[in-house]
Formats: sequence, C-alpha cells, structure tokens
Amino acid sequence: MNAVNLEDLRGRAWVFGDNIDTDLLAPGHAMRKPLEELSRHCLEAIDPKFARTVQRGDFIVAGEGFGIGSSREQAAQALAYLGVGAVLARSPARIFYRNAINLGLPVVRFPDARLVKSGDTLAVDLVNGRVQNLTQGTEHAVEPVPAFLRDILLAGGLIPHLHARLHTLKPRA
Amino acid sequence: MTAYTLAEKILLRASGAASVRADDIVIAKVDLAMMHDSGGPRRVAPYLERLGATVWDPDKVVLVTDHYVPAVDPQSAAILSLTRRWAHENSIKRFHDMQGICHIVLQENAYLRPGMLVVGGDSHSPSGGAVGAFMVGIGATEMAGVLVTGEIWLRVPATISVEWTGALGAGVCAKDIMLALCRDLGQNNDYKAIEYSGSAIRAMPMAERFVLCNMSAELGAKAGMIAPDGTTLAEIRANGGIVDESALEWRSDPDATFERAVSFDASTLAPQVAAPHSPGNTRAVKSIGRVRIDQAYIGACTGAKLTDLHMAARVLSGKKVASSVRLLVAPASTRTTQIAAADGTLATLTAAGAILLPTGCGACAGYGAGVLGEGEVCISSTARNFKGRMGDPSSQVYLGSPFTVAASAVAGYVADPRDFLN
Repeated sequence: MNAVNLEDLRGRAWVFGDNIDTDLLAPGHAMRKPLEELSRHCLEAIDPKFARTVQRGDFIVAGEGFGIGSSREQAAQALAYLGVGAVLARSPARIFYRNAINLGLPVVRFPDARLVKSGDTLAVDLVNGRVQNLTQGTEHAVEPVPAFLRDILLAGGLIPHLHARLHTLKPRA
Repeated sequence: MTAYTLAEKILLRASGAASVRADDIVIAKVDLAMMHDSGGPRRVAPYLERLGATVWDPDKVVLVTDHYVPAVDPQSAAILSLTRRWAHENSIKRFHDMQGICHIVLQENAYLRPGMLVVGGDSHSPSGGAVGAFMVGIGATEMAGVLVTGEIWLRVPATISVEWTGALGAGVCAKDIMLALCRDLGQNNDYKAIEYSGSAIRAMPMAERFVLCNMSAELGAKAGMIAPDGTTLAEIRANGGIVDESALEWRSDPDATFERAVSFDASTLAPQVAAPHSPGNTRAVKSIGRVRIDQAYIGACTGAKLTDLHMAARVLSGKKVASSVRLLVAPASTRTTQIAAADGTLATLTAAGAILLPTGCGACAGYGAGVLGEGEVCISSTARNFKGRMGDPSSQVYLGSPFTVAASAVAGYVADPRDFLN
C-alpha cells in the first residue's frame, strides 16, 4: 500500500450529477467478472470514456446521493482500482460511504461540489477540511474526515486496520 | 427519564452505553449477521484468511444463496460452490441454499425478533425492521469485520416518523405508498431511520409492512422500522419462532424526539408508477399516458412474495396477457411457490399466460433470467429502475405494484389496476 498524505491529495476533477447509483458504478452484468474487467465498465452508461482515461489521483466530484442503491462494494472498489484519489460529493450514500472508507478510498461531504468544473485541478486536505480549486483560484470547506476513520484510511482500509489491531492486541501463535 | 425512539432503544441496548442520542457513534454488538452468495463468502473468505481469524459465532450467521441461483455459467456455478463449501467448513447451520431471497428467508424462518440489532450484506436489509428490529445494510469488507469481532460502529440515526392514516383503497398497496414516499420524501434521507405508523400500517399483514421497510433503502434511509404488535408476534410464532408479549415494549416512547413527523391519508392514494430511471420519478398511473410495454416482471424481495402473487392473480383471473407482452414471475421463495401452487395462484397466473422463472434475485439486479434488450420497456414489481440495472442501458423500467404490473401485462401498456380488478 502506498502511503497517502490525507492533507495534500492532488488531481483533476471528474464532475457528475445527482444520484449516481451503484448499478452505474458496478453494472450487474459485470458483477461476476474479476475486478480488472468489472472496472472497465465503471460509469460506462453515462461516460464511456471515464474508465479508459481517468488518471491516478483524479477526484470524483458529484452531487446528492453518490453511490445510492446496492450494497455491492465493487462500486467503490472499481473507483479505487481505477486510481481515483477521493470522492467529493454533496451527499455520499450511506453504504457507499462506509464501503469506500473500508476499502481505503476517502469520501467527504462537499457542499460546494456544484462550483467545480470537469478538468479543474484540486488540492484536497481531508484532515483540516479544505479544497483548493487551483484552476479557478477558489477555496472551499469540506467536512473533515473523523480521526478514527482516518486511521482506517491510513492503514489502507478496514482489513489491514483490523490486522494491525488483532495482531497487536493478541499475537497469534 | 430520557425518552427514546425505537432505533435509539435498540442501539442503547446493543452498545451497552449509559445513554445515546442521535449522531452519537457507538460500538454495538451484533445479534445476527446475514449475507448472500454475491457479497458473502466469495468476498469475505479471503479477508478472514488474511486476518487469520474465524467466525466469531457461527450460530449468529445466516447465509443464503439467491443472487447467482440457479447458476447460468461456470462463473456463477463457481461462486455457488465456494459458498456451499464455506458454509460447511465454518459450521454455518443457518445456510439456506436456493430456498429464497435472503430477506424473505429471514422472515420465513423467524430469525428476527423485535429489539434485535442485525446487519445484512445487502442494501435491502432495512426489510428486517418490519418486525421492530434494527437492521442495517453493509458491504463485504465491513461484514468481514463483523464476522471477526461480532461488533460494528454505527452512528445513532435521527428518526423520521411517517404516519399513514385511513385505509388503502382496492387495488392500492404498500408498494404504492413507497413509490409516493420516494417522490415526496426524496431519496437522500441518508443516515436516518424511518418509523412507520398509523391505521393503514396497523391494518397491513407482515408481508406488506415488509415492503415499507424494504423500500426504505430507496429513501436512502439507514433503517426502516415498525413497532411490533399482535400481527408481528402472530407471524413470528406461525413461522416457528418463540417470542413473548414483552417484545411489544420495543417501541418509541410517547415523548421521543423525531427529527420530522409527516402524515398522509391512505384513503386518497391512487396506484402509483415510477418512470425511468428513478424510484422517486413517481406519478399516479392514471396520469402517465399510454406507455407501451414489452415485458412485465413480478419478482424480487420487494414484489414476489405470496401476497404479491395473490394481488397479481386477482387481476389476471380469467384474463390473458396481451400478445405483445411477456409476463415473467419469479416467486421470492420456494415456500412461496409451494403455497401458491397449492392454493391455485400459480394455475391462475399461468392460465393467463405468465411464465414462471426460478426463485432468486433474478432480473431485478440484472443477474438472472429476464434481463432487457436494447430499447425495451418493462414494468416491474421490483424496487429499483436505475439506468441499465435490468439489462441494456437503453432499456426503460417502470416500477409499480403487483396489481399494476398484472394490469399492464393484460393491457399491453402501463394501466391502472382498478379497471381490471376481479
């Protein structure tokens, strides 16, 4: 796991609207396929070039209800696999939010999401709750990620986090 | 003494905290964990292996195969055999292989009781709240965490009280209530519990109450809940569960704090339909205009229980499905099929031209038989009509009650069931 600096994530914005659901992120027809193949279909129904051209560290910027629908965590996993650095949404859906954090993909509430344009370069500080739009020269507040969730993100997700906890508290024979 | 909502009472008990209030984060002990073949063993087993950990309490785990049943290709067959092997190796006694959709299996086996804290590896997990439990949907990684520790962190939700007074008219049911609520309350009630009450709810059998809690997922809610009453206890007992009257104490205190309280009159509600591509894109069936359909689908946890098949049969009795339409019926459980065969419902449906499909999640999630081709239009008794969910991205899915789906199958276009009721 490469170390992430949650105080300084940088990348370009991919802007989407409201209620981007899990079936768009991880289509049912690809759900039995390996992650590599599934990820190629991520968001294909609304933006066929997204999976091909998204760069490591890019951000998803979206409106209300990002990730509504199914509990399938491949929705978050596909974004992480494609290299998305964080999801900044006006309101992330509950299960998607937990899934993403558990997989090491940061998600934050971003009230000003609508002011960002696709292609803008952003510098995001999840610890202090700041988004700088380097293209537009503006600064916005986001809800900082709570400390105990940052621990999970820094560990690379819930499983590595639990691994550290289990094997520190009671070392196995 | 502090007054609590039902959701707060359950999280208070499960966390052992001295007090709780909305927005507190608690670590709670899980009473039951349910998972299925899609988000279950195939995804959690590698995590458990990596952690060198075993299931904290195999007797508190329910495992169901419903998403990839019956197998349609070697990949789904492999997922199923992995699931069966894992159940055996981990001594999961409550393993239900191809017996029905997970949320229905939980009810049919009386695994749920008022006051329980339950996690489910499926987004329709709020269904479990129909008995007065707090049941919440989680993903596979989180499920691995629960299986190892028996615990989960949860934010105590604020509760929205939704009351339906009066009585539903003929040809109108719980599904119509939920489609109307998806429009009126919106789909972004994130982190909220929704508690349903009122005379229209009290009059409902458990299967209809289930639909309210089930589709609370479409409201974006964390949990849907209904305080238990005599109907609840009778159903649990009929399914072989043991429960005493003290379970009725799992209810919100009279002076509990709700974030919001809304009230609707059930007697004025007409059959509703949600147009593509959102369950909240709802209007009265009468005002939708002439929408021609290729397929009518009665399936899924939301819309293929025994009560749902009975609704369809009431419309289809003595009628024929339009020649331009295929009506597909995938009963929600093998017990549903069994009873519907014995009481004549399946005979009524098939005489009208319905095609019976295997029990399982099926085409609802685009996994199984009955998916849609390019540009096809479907009316469905399921819960979601997201773009491309049931097949090709250009297909169009309308959501309606089993009454409305059956009426539309006969008419060949989206139709108000009140004109077709026998």
